[in-house]
Amino acid sequence: MTWNRRHLLDIESLSTEELLTVLDTARGFKAVGNRAIKTVPALRGKTVINLFVEPSTRTRISFELAAQRLTADVINFNADTSSLKKGETLRDTARNLEAMNADIIIIRHSAAGAPHFLARFLQCSVVNAGDGAHEHPTQALLDVFTIREKKGRVEGLKVTVMGDILFSRVARSNIWALRKLGAQVTLCGPPTLVPRWFEQMGCRVCWDVTEALRDADVVNLLRIQHERQRQSMFPGVGEYRSQFGLDRARMEGLKPDVLIMHPGPINRGVEIDADTADGDRSVILEQVTNGLAVRMAVLYLVTGNDPGFVRN
Amino acid sequence: MDSIMSARRILMTADGLRLAISRMAHEIAERDAGAERLLIVGVQAGGIHLAARLAQELQQWRGQPLIAGQLDVSMHRDDLSQRPAPAIRPTNLPGDVQGATVVLVDDVLFSGRTVRAALDALHDFGRPERVRLAVLVDRLGHRQVPIQADYVARKVESLPGQRVEVMWSEDGSEDGVFLNQP
Repeated sequence: MTWNRRHLLDIESLSTEELLTVLDTARGFKAVGNRAIKTVPALRGKTVINLFVEPSTRTRISFELAAQRLTADVINFNADTSSLKKGETLRDTARNLEAMNADIIIIRHSAAGAPHFLARFLQCSVVNAGDGAHEHPTQALLDVFTIREKKGRVEGLKVTVMGDILFSRVARSNIWALRKLGAQVTLCGPPTLVPRWFEQMGCRVCWDVTEALRDADVVNLLRIQHERQRQSMFPGVGEYRSQFGLDRARMEGLKPDVLIMHPGPINRGVEIDADTADGDRSVILEQVTNGLAVRMAVLYLVTGNDPGFVRN
Repeated sequence: MDSIMSARRILMTADGLRLAISRMAHEIAERDAGAERLLIVGVQAGGIHLAARLAQELQQWRGQPLIAGQLDVSMHRDDLSQRPAPAIRPTNLPGDVQGATVVLVDDVLFSGRTVRAALDALHDFGRPERVRLAVLVDRLGHRQVPIQADYVARKVESLPGQRVEVMWSEDGSEDGVFLNQP
């Protein structure tokens, strides 16, 4: 058990032991979800604020439910109807929320580093729910949790992450988590979206789909991030589908016990077809279930406190 | 000389521990072995070996296998923001709590707060007919909530800074109970 952090800002700065602490803790919280009474009083009396400056449904609901299952009070902050629209700075918004005695602020923002910025001046805990193309730590945690649960380990597994790597915070957080846990990571997709310099993160870059998929134990498919692309990085959706879409024909070339993962939202008929998404190798919905347990674990761990520890 | 101030004082030897557990099992049998449904539940992590040994001893009066359960209380504590988050260990209950006679088992009873959390955690699984508390060591005079044990192996006078250490052969050491200076 290794954890003395007040915030969860990224995966990059976590040690392997800290990653394993989150995963072990999440296993305990997953069991709570199967009980008749699904709430526990660990965060009773605490206030959790979902500060989502960039749209999200799945992650916000998952954090909201996670906080509720821990008996915290949860406020959802909607950027569209907030004073941010009236010109208030993020710093002032966050300080106002803290002045209402928030204990944890969960932030999703289009600017990379926004959670780190808040953590520098807030006394409360800050949890990163996705910052620009930088990191999405809880997504990576739930992905490695799912792999570990299904495969019994992460170390030594071959994991292929396919799709829009360049613009993906999910890819970056996954690469950090998988590398720290000892997996071999292959990145695949159009060369414009999978630049060679990702090799510096300890990954293999492979633009040949057949080669990238052949001996994979896990395939994690990423959505094409239309909203983050200023210019066209590939000819079109049809082209992407024929080159990289995971359909029945491509599935035949994969290991029989491969895990097919996707952080959602899926674009059926683009990066994945319906047969594959709903097939027996797909763990896409289990990822959603596990996301709840992982987020409960994160909220639980950052609430733990000991004045003797040095804070990050 | 074995004074209260020495660094490590032995409270129970391996033989003493074995006899004490046997005596506790007899006491539980006398009072509760006739219960229609009896659950022996060890509080994680300190209570699980004692619970397993008590269940083993109680089988002779029940005439049927009796398997101890484990209950994790870390999510039900009242001090999460005052200490590092405790590790979460598995909860496995050997039967339905609803209507059962439950013997909660822990190694050391000190402030009583762990037992308070355990009662809350237990009730998330149903409403027991009755709940008893069995502890190996009762540290007298340190209770912070009004909780007492029904079955006690050893009552101990101690100072707040001292620590009671219980060693189990299941963990690879010789059985024994010690009182340590900070």
